[in-house]
Amino acid sequence: MPVVKLRAPLTELTGGKRELQLDGATVRDVLQALENEHPAIAGWILDERTTIRQHINVFVNGERGREDTTLTPEDRIHVLPSISGG
Amino acid sequence: MTELLVGTKKGLFTLRGGDSSFEISARAFAGEPVEFAMRDRRSGRYFACVTSAFYGPKIFVTDDLAGEWQQAEGLALPEGEEKALIRLWTVVPGIEDDHLLAGGDPGVLFESRDGGMTWELNRPFWEQPTRPQWGPGAGGMCLHSIATWPDDPGKLAMGISAVGVWLSDDAGQTWRHGNKGLVPRYIPEDAREDTIDLCVHNMHRAPSQPERLFMQFHGGVYRSDDAGESWIDIGTDTGLPSDFGFPLVVDPGDADSAYVIPLVADLDRVTPDGRVRVCETRDAGASWTERGDGLPAEDAYLTILRQAFDRDGSGEGMGLYFGATSGDVFGSGDAGATWLTAATKLPPVHSVRVA
Repeated sequence: MPVVKLRAPLTELTGGKRELQLDGATVRDVLQALENEHPAIAGWILDERTTIRQHINVFVNGERGREDTTLTPEDRIHVLPSISGG
Repeated sequence: MTELLVGTKKGLFTLRGGDSSFEISARAFAGEPVEFAMRDRRSGRYFACVTSAFYGPKIFVTDDLAGEWQQAEGLALPEGEEKALIRLWTVVPGIEDDHLLAGGDPGVLFESRDGGMTWELNRPFWEQPTRPQWGPGAGGMCLHSIATWPDDPGKLAMGISAVGVWLSDDAGQTWRHGNKGLVPRYIPEDAREDTIDLCVHNMHRAPSQPERLFMQFHGGVYRSDDAGESWIDIGTDTGLPSDFGFPLVVDPGDADSAYVIPLVADLDRVTPDGRVRVCETRDAGASWTERGDGLPAEDAYLTILRQAFDRDGSGEGMGLYFGATSGDVFGSGDAGATWLTAATKLPPVHSVRVA
């Protein structure tokens, strides 16, 4: 299964887990699976449109990903706040 | 001892003090924008509207400022919609026990029936048929003012930038406009009639005479004597240095009183003449008196935002407190007759509320 890697403060919403194996065919699927497993994180990465929030970056194996980026079981997904501002 | 909750661009600051000085007693949400914070005096519970640039808008609650904050649930728009919740602008205690109301962007009302732990969208307002035509003000489509009616939970008035005044007589099941008399000078004269592009900046009800409300408009100060159905201009030729500004306070013990903090104009949103003044009316807006003894009197070009002004008590001993985007917070313990500086060099102040 794909692995999602998180940093603080998101890890505070997953009981301290920094890496989670989650099933899904796309980035959206995996992030929704993350919300199902850890409901406290709902609304923090995906908004109510199931769109990745504007200032969150998702990388799949080091490449910028989107909600509809397709995944394989070996993929690694990093969720990071974007570098915003000057 | 007075406790002030100061929401800033970089966290929530709690100030404690009295007649001569204040000090910072706590900081929460370090680094995060806190748009608004208040304490529900019925329960003692604190609320903070936090809009992380990364993780979106949330309301956090705590019963103990020294303890943990807990995220409230249910503050989201319906799934499958084109819009997402952008920001939360206010939390207001309702009339019934455990009932609270919260306003947000894009022009949305949430209600809680359990003291603020879980919230639900007010569907009748969300489903207003004119909503597709609504437009935001410079700060977004913010529902920032919610005026309850003492002892009657059915009557509500709301102000939205820039969708005017909304009134309900059935606890939010149906809504209607309350815009008669408002003059949007920023719209060409021939386009003003029946427009709902009305930029309310702040609105408060006088609780001792609840059919009376005061409003700071986007260019204009108004009073309503019929519960918000129609509005009377009290900002023209009444002694105000300017009728532009954001926040407004009323004296709950005197329905003829209101306080505003004028700024120059919409294109120059700073205190006029480099001088900070709070203006008071005690005759329902027939005249205004400047109350600035102790406030910066020269070279002071401050901006005071819509939620950054509050009061405590009433009458001549009423406390008045406001903060500016300069990071300064000022307070008065005598209804504005004299002022002290409660804090300086805070991050830009978004909101001030007396706990």
